[in-house]
Amino acid sequence: MYDEARLIDEKRFDEWYELFADDGRYWMPLTRGQPDGENHTSLLYEDKLLLKVRIERLKNPRSFSQHQPSFCQHMLQRPQLVETDAVAGRYTLRTPFVYVESQLDTQLVLAGVVGHRLAVRDGALRIELKKVELVNCDAALPSIQLFP
Amino acid sequence: MSKYRDNPKAVQALVREDRVHRDVYLSDEIFELEMRHLWRSTWIYVGHDSQVPLTGDYYTTEIARQPVIMLRDNDGAVRVLMNRCAHKGAQLVSARSGHCEGGLLRCPYHGWTYRLDGSVRTIPIKSGYDGTALAQTQSARGVVPVANVENYRGFVFARFSERGPGFREYFGDSLSSIDNMVDRAPEGRLEVAGGTLRYMHDCNWKMFVENLNDTMHPMVSHESAAGTAKKLWAGKPDEEPKPMAIEQFLPFVNGYEFFDKMGVRIYENGHSYTGVKFSIHSQYSAIGEYEQLMEKVYGAERAQRILGEVRHNTVYYPSLTIKGAIQAIRVARPIAADRTLIESWTFRLAGAPDTLLQRTVLYSRLINAPTSVVGHDDRHCYRAIQDGLTADGNDWVSLHRNHTESERDGIAGVHAGLSEVSMRGQYRAWAKFLTEDMAGGAAQ
Repeated sequence: MYDEARLIDEKRFDEWYELFADDGRYWMPLTRGQPDGENHTSLLYEDKLLLKVRIERLKNPRSFSQHQPSFCQHMLQRPQLVETDAVAGRYTLRTPFVYVESQLDTQLVLAGVVGHRLAVRDGALRIELKKVELVNCDAALPSIQLFP
Repeated sequence: MSKYRDNPKAVQALVREDRVHRDVYLSDEIFELEMRHLWRSTWIYVGHDSQVPLTGDYYTTEIARQPVIMLRDNDGAVRVLMNRCAHKGAQLVSARSGHCEGGLLRCPYHGWTYRLDGSVRTIPIKSGYDGTALAQTQSARGVVPVANVENYRGFVFARFSERGPGFREYFGDSLSSIDNMVDRAPEGRLEVAGGTLRYMHDCNWKMFVENLNDTMHPMVSHESAAGTAKKLWAGKPDEEPKPMAIEQFLPFVNGYEFFDKMGVRIYENGHSYTGVKFSIHSQYSAIGEYEQLMEKVYGAERAQRILGEVRHNTVYYPSLTIKGAIQAIRVARPIAADRTLIESWTFRLAGAPDTLLQRTVLYSRLINAPTSVVGHDDRHCYRAIQDGLTADGNDWVSLHRNHTESERDGIAGVHAGLSEVSMRGQYRAWAKFLTEDMAGGAAQ
């Protein structure tokens, strides 16, 4: 968990991308207890292709909203292992967090709980689902440009 | 010091046929006047009637910074009331949506209760008002209802001012875009579904509204987002089915010719839509099950006509923009000269398969969310205008593209898609409704 957050905070997005399983998802629901990301809008519901679009866009010199770059910092509480399936090699974790995203003089602070569902794939631990539940998911939000 | 208040001439001087003065975006005083005149004398979108399906259901919002309640009255009509207790002014309900217990609005402060039409039902220890002049005041009449409310095929609009154009007169044939969106439902009815995205913008509301029919920006502003999606998809074998997300991203980087040929239709009073002949939504994969259902309900010919109308954005000036082809709307809620809340709502087409809802939900997330890579660059550009316009040396914003002298005789009709005529039309309406009401107010 700490390493994953660090990769984002250090903007090592290509390495971060590799942590996801091929069918992995990065989900930030729009409402509390939202049952799914298909029939209800989310803030993020990215498969690896959409995640790749985000990461590659950030490298594009014509990403105008990032000419003044954003930076972010995760503050994680100690992760809690909430479910273990040793036979299937699958683990579910719950990690309360505070996330700060700044762009020159503006700073956005978000808090919530991030859930990870990890699975052993080809001998390595991969993210099947990263689910970010914001405490203020239904607030009027400004742009969130990096990855809570 | 007021420069524009009760000074229609000064306001009108901000708008020329082919350009506008920067004060329309920057001036706090102009913003106040917009809220007082333009946003009160025209028809503003409040909400959708499917948000209040049952008697006593309510939804609250702010329109032109006024708190309002939209609710379902006993007779089935949707009413809009000012969210203010007749007594000391507390907002009667504070939740975004809910249900009036016992069919009454009850103030949380002193317990005055009101019927769903706003009239007073009970006042605790009413004898305390015996012999007072309360009865002669608005406080005894109850909650102030919004003067004019129209429910057009589920879309609830309000005109706050007693004066102003009638609903049909104001929107005219532009209502055909709402018709098309509703007709796309096999059961002829829409339901709000899929959640509300609330994206705070640090810019003037008009930058957003103008952008909806600005066809010169996607290939520039969205090159990094849609262009990246296009690049990542390039090289995939033809037989590989295109994910819906890729289908939705790609047209944003279509060339100028595409957007020019798409065309823009202009109506009176600031309304318009792009995508007269086709649009960025035209090439989405067919959803066979849905099309068959539509043909069954409407007959092949009418179904084809409904589904063949694939409009891009329709602007219902000044507050609402809709995408009928994918049943999504965006609503502008101005907060200050440089602050605007944009809400995105999606709809379920009653009777249609879930795939349709999934498509609009996906589009809204990709394009309209605070986390959207398309939205990021739009919002960046709006703010760049807000900041850039403070630079001295040029007070004017150019809207010259494809302007001709003949527009003086009227601009309604179809124009080249790349024209800035939709913005010129918006400013005609802007100057008209901002000053018409102002002049009337001044005469009183």
